[in-house]
Amino acid sequence: MSSSSDNSKMWTVRVRKATLEKFEPEDLLPDTQPAYVSSWIYVFGVLTIAAFLMLIVSGLILTLEGPAWWHTSKYGHFINSLHLWNVELFFLFMVVHLWGKFWMAAWRGKRTMTWVTGCVAFFASIFTGFTGYLIQTNFDSQWIATQAKDGFNAVGIGAYFNALNTGQALLIHVSLLPIALGVIVVAHVILVRKKGVVPPIESSL
Amino acid sequence: MKKYDASKKWTGPTRPYDLIKEATVAFVVVALLSIGLAALFSSPDEKAVTLQSWSQAAPADFVQTASGELAGSTISGQYGPPYNTAADGQQLGPIKVAKFMGVRIPINTANDFVIKPLGTLNDPVTNTAIARWNAADAKTQSGWATAYTDALTKASTAVTIADTNDKYGPVPTLVTSLYAMAKSGALDGALTTSDSPLPTNFTKPLLFLADSGSYFPGLADAQHLSGDQWGVMNETGSWPGQSWLWLYSLWYQVDPFKSSGNADILVMSLMGLLSLGFVLIPILPILHRIPERIPIHRIIWRDWYRSERKNS
Amino acid sequence: MVFSLFNLNHPAHYISVGSISVSPGNLVMVVMAFVLFGLALALPFPGHKSDKNGKE
Repeated sequence: MSSSSDNSKMWTVRVRKATLEKFEPEDLLPDTQPAYVSSWIYVFGVLTIAAFLMLIVSGLILTLEGPAWWHTSKYGHFINSLHLWNVELFFLFMVVHLWGKFWMAAWRGKRTMTWVTGCVAFFASIFTGFTGYLIQTNFDSQWIATQAKDGFNAVGIGAYFNALNTGQALLIHVSLLPIALGVIVVAHVILVRKKGVVPPIESSL
Repeated sequence: MKKYDASKKWTGPTRPYDLIKEATVAFVVVALLSIGLAALFSSPDEKAVTLQSWSQAAPADFVQTASGELAGSTISGQYGPPYNTAADGQQLGPIKVAKFMGVRIPINTANDFVIKPLGTLNDPVTNTAIARWNAADAKTQSGWATAYTDALTKASTAVTIADTNDKYGPVPTLVTSLYAMAKSGALDGALTTSDSPLPTNFTKPLLFLADSGSYFPGLADAQHLSGDQWGVMNETGSWPGQSWLWLYSLWYQVDPFKSSGNADILVMSLMGLLSLGFVLIPILPILHRIPERIPIHRIIWRDWYRSERKNS
Repeated sequence: MVFSLFNLNHPAHYISVGSISVSPGNLVMVVMAFVLFGLALALPFPGHKSDKNGKE
């Protein structure tokens, strides 16, 4: 085996070292938490992620059968209902999580990026939900598309995000935004794990 | 009381924490909850409107809109960018963003919504009318179509107006032909496949539908989906909608936005600004101090503060 | 085609106060958010006294 000093300039070795330095396993998957984490408000982040996972699961089933399946199949309609109610739960838990984090001033102690990634996740979720409503292929999607186009056209992006182009909305909703949202959520959770849960305001030790 | 440095790693009291177990429990709880909600309440599915169903349900509205497309006087006809240059589009103060971006999805309502689809019929009477229309200059075309649209609107329930003085040129034939084409379902097909034989882009039929004077907006109004009904937040039927869009909806209910021709760009700009402010709360003066001034955190961390007092 | 125990497939009875108009469904979701927040703050959290099993 060649000595590590020969390999130290390799990109692979550099990336591995930097990753292991930045992300220690005990930080990413801890088995303790600070004693001040003692309130039910703390479960709303993981509940939001759980709803997000349910959206992916129900969304994948809808993907397998295509966008018109749920109009003619009662199982399809049930999966569509599951997807819709998980959207409601997703935003419900996210909002309560957000309120908790605001009143805890959770950005303290160099946690600004945790707050920022959380806000970006919120806005990305809204846009993901919007593209979902566009691909229902029913009256609601027709109305939302013809109304929303005015907002996009007004700010000059209507030709690039054409709400009336169902194919574009479908691809954005099923591939681009879940990936983008997934990346943002992973970054957000890694930041929480790395920085630790913010300590109480005016705490002393 | 020494303030703890929140940026340093916590070295104080801890307790055991099973992260994977918590995540699993959360997932099971949400799965059961959402399965229950889906089983109890299902989800809405109002059937899509087609040009066929529209022309059958509201013939007068359909022919008025069709005539308006020939006249270029419909919403699409008068829209401006990105569809045409009939208007400048909305502006924010002196900034005309839409105009700057230009016409990227060119739509000529007379040609795209009426003449071209009718051309696919290969009907001799319609073809004669099309030829006469195409041979006329723009001013004559506009004169015919505008006069016919006005006559139809005045007659309110008529699907055709007799033309004894040739006041409307070929327009009555074109509109009547288009109406028949719509009722048969052929217009949906022709408009949808106009750019591609296997379409996924419904720009043309949706723009035509949205030009409806009363039928399509009336359906939305009945479901409380109109802009002045907080419609952006609402769902069809009695299901919950998008309550997280409450603030975006709100501006459309109040002046100056409510009665402005630039409502959309004003609301989008304002929401953009507020969203940026939201993201930047950690560094904004006054805002980032609110949680310390209004001590809801005293309830959240009451156990910890109690134990701190005990230990001190 | 809606199969469910409770039929929500009818126009909602919107609640209007001044220029505010809200559907019962949306109102329930908003109220639930406040209720959950309040409960999360108010309900005692188990396991804070001891070092035994932490949560849930």
